[in-house]
Amino acid sequence: MSTSISVSLGQVAAALVLVALAAAISFWRRTDLERDIGIATVRSFVQLTAIGYAIKLIFEADTIWLVLALLSVMIVFGTLTARSRAKKVPDAFWPLLIGLTVAAAATLGLVVALGIFDPTPRYLVPVGGMVIGNAMTASAVALNRLGDEISESRPAIEATLALGASAREAAEPFVRRALRSGTITLVDSTKTTGLIFFPGTMVGMLLAGADPTDAVRLQLILLYALLGSVASSALVATGLAYRNFFTPAQQLREPGP
Amino acid sequence: MRDHAQVLFELRDVSLTRGGRRVLDSVSAEIQAGATAIVGPSGSGKSTLLRLLNRLADPDAGSISYRGRPLTGYDPPALRREVSLVPQLPSLLPGTVESNLAYAAQLAGRRLDTRRCLELAGLGGDFAARDVAELSVGEQQRAMLARALTQEPAVLLLDEPTSALDREARDAIEATLARLRAELDLSLIVVSHDPEQARRLAERAVRLRAGRVVACGALEEALA
Repeated sequence: MSTSISVSLGQVAAALVLVALAAAISFWRRTDLERDIGIATVRSFVQLTAIGYAIKLIFEADTIWLVLALLSVMIVFGTLTARSRAKKVPDAFWPLLIGLTVAAAATLGLVVALGIFDPTPRYLVPVGGMVIGNAMTASAVALNRLGDEISESRPAIEATLALGASAREAAEPFVRRALRSGTITLVDSTKTTGLIFFPGTMVGMLLAGADPTDAVRLQLILLYALLGSVASSALVATGLAYRNFFTPAQQLREPGP
Repeated sequence: MRDHAQVLFELRDVSLTRGGRRVLDSVSAEIQAGATAIVGPSGSGKSTLLRLLNRLADPDAGSISYRGRPLTGYDPPALRREVSLVPQLPSLLPGTVESNLAYAAQLAGRRLDTRRCLELAGLGGDFAARDVAELSVGEQQRAMLARALTQEPAVLLLDEPTSALDREARDAIEATLARLRAELDLSLIVVSHDPEQARRLAERAVRLRAGRVVACGALEEALA
């Protein structure tokens, strides 16, 4: 499956014409996004260039410890980003951190154990990055939904607690809906893949000159791995986060200021 | 028969602050078995006091005991099945009346006798299959009562049980509560803003004003 092409900085610069088009549309229709488009362009250039050199270094060093360090940094940044989207969940940091770690460890562990990929930086870095990124989005969506649902349903939850239900029993329908909303986006996009859109890995491989059959097979492996990681991260994050809404005496905590 | 002279709840210097406001301020009171009304104007802390009795909330200071034992010594879910709160707002779970009753009975580990619980709450057996979304407010109130009864509680905590009802429906609920006391030997603790309702339903009262107890004891003395 190994293919490689060379892309010059000139080609990257040429693609900026399309950024200019986006900025022009924003200016013309007064959507006030020109500044954000500029920031997004610069940040993507700096961040991707930096990570590109970091990955190059890790590939050349060819040691598992650098891979683990990079994935750990990604998990912490993913957790902080997801936490900022789940403001209504008290102390969301730990549920998210544990959710992302479990998803990354389980997914990478399984793809290696099943012999799908070799445990080398060339596979673990890109697959780990995709897994953590998707797990972050799914956990953020799930916890955001959990926070909204629980704060809107306080009377119903208290009424259920008043019947002698435990916190877990009272929160169960909300946890289930949150888990569903965190997972469903990827399930839906997996259903339509190849019909409505071409996923990124496949596009990248085709552009790099790979055989289409190889491109499709690799894409399928990644899609299936992502389904598992997204579901497990959302499961762990919601399963831990709902507890933070309750006291040890099975009372619904007062909402924060 | 339960001993009606016994003290159910004893509150000592109970205080609670929420959102910077002192909702309950050094409340001390004794609530005996039988029927007790908690009366007072809106915002006087009546509903908050009721929530403390089955540990839906805990006080910031002071102590509460139930049957001579600190409330904190009970397992909260087990306590809530014995001291059952019927909340003020209709808060049935989505589904049929029967599914609500079945859920409550299952939580308490009781065998469900739907027809009997519905009849005790003044609803016909045909209500079992009704969707809770189709019930009137009065019917929802009765369904919540029936749901609490499936757990065979010793004490019913009722938060303004007739506030959303017209006079006819109110009288019917009050008659149902009086019958429940006689038939099931239940103790009732009823929050009401209406002293007349307290007179109809209870023999003792705790009167609150701005989070403080202004009177506690036999009904007429407490309401005087």
